[in-house]
Amino acid sequence: MTAVSQSRRALVGAELRRFGKFMLHELKPKGRVLTPFNVISGAIMLVAAVLLAIRFARGLGAITNLSQDYPWGFWIGFDVITGVAFAGGAYVLTFMVYILGQEKYHPIVRVTVLNGFLAYVFYAGALLLDLGRPWRVINPIIGNSFGVSSVLFLVAWHFMLYMMAEFVEFSPAVAEWLGWRRVRRFLAGLTLGAVIFGITLSLLHQSGLGALYLMARDKVHPLWYSEFIPILFLVSSIFAGLSMVIFEGTITHKVFRHRVGAALHASHDDIVVGLARIAAGAMFVYLFLQLLVFVHGQRWVYLGTGLGAWYLLEMVGLVALPAALFIQGYRGRDLRVIRTAAVLTLLGIVLNRLNVSVIGFKWYAPVRYVPSWMEIEVTLAVIAAELWVFRWVVNRMPVLGTAVGLVRDQPSREARAGVLAA
Amino acid sequence: MDRRDLLKTMGAAAGAALVSGGLKAEQGEAATAQSLGTAEPVAILVDTTKCIGCRTCEWACAEAHREAGVEFPEDADFSVVRTTSDKQWTVVNRYETEKGIVYAKKQCMHCLQPACATACLTRAMRKTPEGPVTWTEDRCMGCRFCMVSCPFDMPKFEYHSAVPRIQKCVMCSERLAEGKQPACVENCPAGALTFGPRSALLEQARQRIYAEPDTYVHQVYGEDEVGGTGWLYLASVPFQQLGFRTDLGTTPFPTYTREFLYAVPVVLTVVPPLLLALSRASRARAAAQAEEHEEEGNP
Repeated sequence: MTAVSQSRRALVGAELRRFGKFMLHELKPKGRVLTPFNVISGAIMLVAAVLLAIRFARGLGAITNLSQDYPWGFWIGFDVITGVAFAGGAYVLTFMVYILGQEKYHPIVRVTVLNGFLAYVFYAGALLLDLGRPWRVINPIIGNSFGVSSVLFLVAWHFMLYMMAEFVEFSPAVAEWLGWRRVRRFLAGLTLGAVIFGITLSLLHQSGLGALYLMARDKVHPLWYSEFIPILFLVSSIFAGLSMVIFEGTITHKVFRHRVGAALHASHDDIVVGLARIAAGAMFVYLFLQLLVFVHGQRWVYLGTGLGAWYLLEMVGLVALPAALFIQGYRGRDLRVIRTAAVLTLLGIVLNRLNVSVIGFKWYAPVRYVPSWMEIEVTLAVIAAELWVFRWVVNRMPVLGTAVGLVRDQPSREARAGVLAA
Repeated sequence: MDRRDLLKTMGAAAGAALVSGGLKAEQGEAATAQSLGTAEPVAILVDTTKCIGCRTCEWACAEAHREAGVEFPEDADFSVVRTTSDKQWTVVNRYETEKGIVYAKKQCMHCLQPACATACLTRAMRKTPEGPVTWTEDRCMGCRFCMVSCPFDMPKFEYHSAVPRIQKCVMCSERLAEGKQPACVENCPAGALTFGPRSALLEQARQRIYAEPDTYVHQVYGEDEVGGTGWLYLASVPFQQLGFRTDLGTTPFPTYTREFLYAVPVVLTVVPPLLLALSRASRARAAAQAEEHEEEGNP
């Protein structure tokens, strides 16, 4: 009896030691440490750490240009509102693959979900920097102070739940990395549920970010305010997310060439062309909606103003033009045109979200808000931190298709089999 | 195995529906307090024709709320239009109007259905049944969504504090609890401020308009604006000349997000089963296709 339990204990001990060694090994950086990217991004993060220390010691006013007129600035308008739109690719792709069964896109699901998950962690996490009293952030989660009539309450809960859903969707990759076969089977069985829950949450909080401005109706410029902001935000998150997938994929393919698996390598161009087509479709729906809102809101009276030209630049130059380019790129299978279109689309989304939240917000105010260099610096640091974590994960876990640890035979089939068997 | 799948989805949907539920109860709260007539909310009537611009109200406010951080600026200048700030809950401004100089006191309007309280996700900002809109420090997480939502831009934030607070007039709710009047009303030497039940004040305001129809414009600002406010104003000139927003409409601001919030439980309960069904359908099709392939000797 004791001998058995002793030997079992020894076994567990050995296993734990092995696991510890593995983790220690994996935590170490792979490759050269002093690369230009590391040095620059490291410096950016160090500066941001100093700035944030000042911010938490002396208040938001110490490093931001926020004012009583502009309670939300670049951190909310860009990091959170734009960042979440960019992260929309995860719900769109999981919908296409797990709900519509378009297996063609399966090879990029993992990297997209990872990107989405990290975007939420870091950009929604950046929200904590902007909160005046971040130590109270758990208040909407714990009882006694449920502000259920607030759109922000909905957004906050959905951010949290969606992060969990995305982690569950990604978790089989973690289990594969650790070589946990049975855990992986269990987690893969959760995927479909997490996907369905995640898509539903995304529909609501992507539109919810727009709904935040429904009560600011008299503060947002009439070219950007409408009752349809939630729907416009939702539809634009589809092509914002897809453009980000195309853009990120281009870079990831170059930087992590050694990690890209055969399946993804073979089908990558096909995938990008397919995504371009879907993005173009969503953009035409969006343009049509915008046209309806334009006519309905009698917006033509504002077109002659400076902001009218700015609006046209956004709608024509950064939505209609890239939509046409997407189609051209799809027809001619021209990846360069598609990538150009993706970049233009992303710029258009940045512009749109900032026009609602910052540029067109209180356009009548005598003193306008312009972000301080420190706000932009901190934002860059948040992006840099995300890239570091992304790189760490991609270099270790089977994200882009290279099998490590556990032998993987077509994760898609297996995941689906797991779901069926559950 | 089908059932387990279904349960998972439904469980997720039900959990989320709980999260979004209860919004009806919250939104109804402000309205029922008055419509039931049990607790008539209090209000303050400002007669700008009587205001002499002495700024005693600013001083009294600072005296009453010094601990909350309110200050009285000795050297305030009437040549610039001031706004309330994180150090001043109320300001008196001087306006050049068609009828000469008119002074108007500004502060939080204490809306009957406040945008700020609806926006607050921690219920730190709250409409009390007695009338004042109050702020609770322990609950606030400093997100400033109240500032984004308030049509009058009244909540102010302490940008230069590590432990920032939201600052705005609370209608002296602590003094009201002791049976006293708000500090500004009690100290107004010109009789420009009147405190009392809102309906009584509205009648008084109309009486004054009827008694002196040439003195007043025939409107009580705050009677209908954004669904009604707890501060009511009488004036001799159109209100936009006194720096009031007259483009806010009479719809209570919570109405603007209500439809969206009502859609939430519907989406959370209807979409997941639809997605599940769609996924099933596409999977069945894929399986059928795979079988066909196999029959053709093409695994």
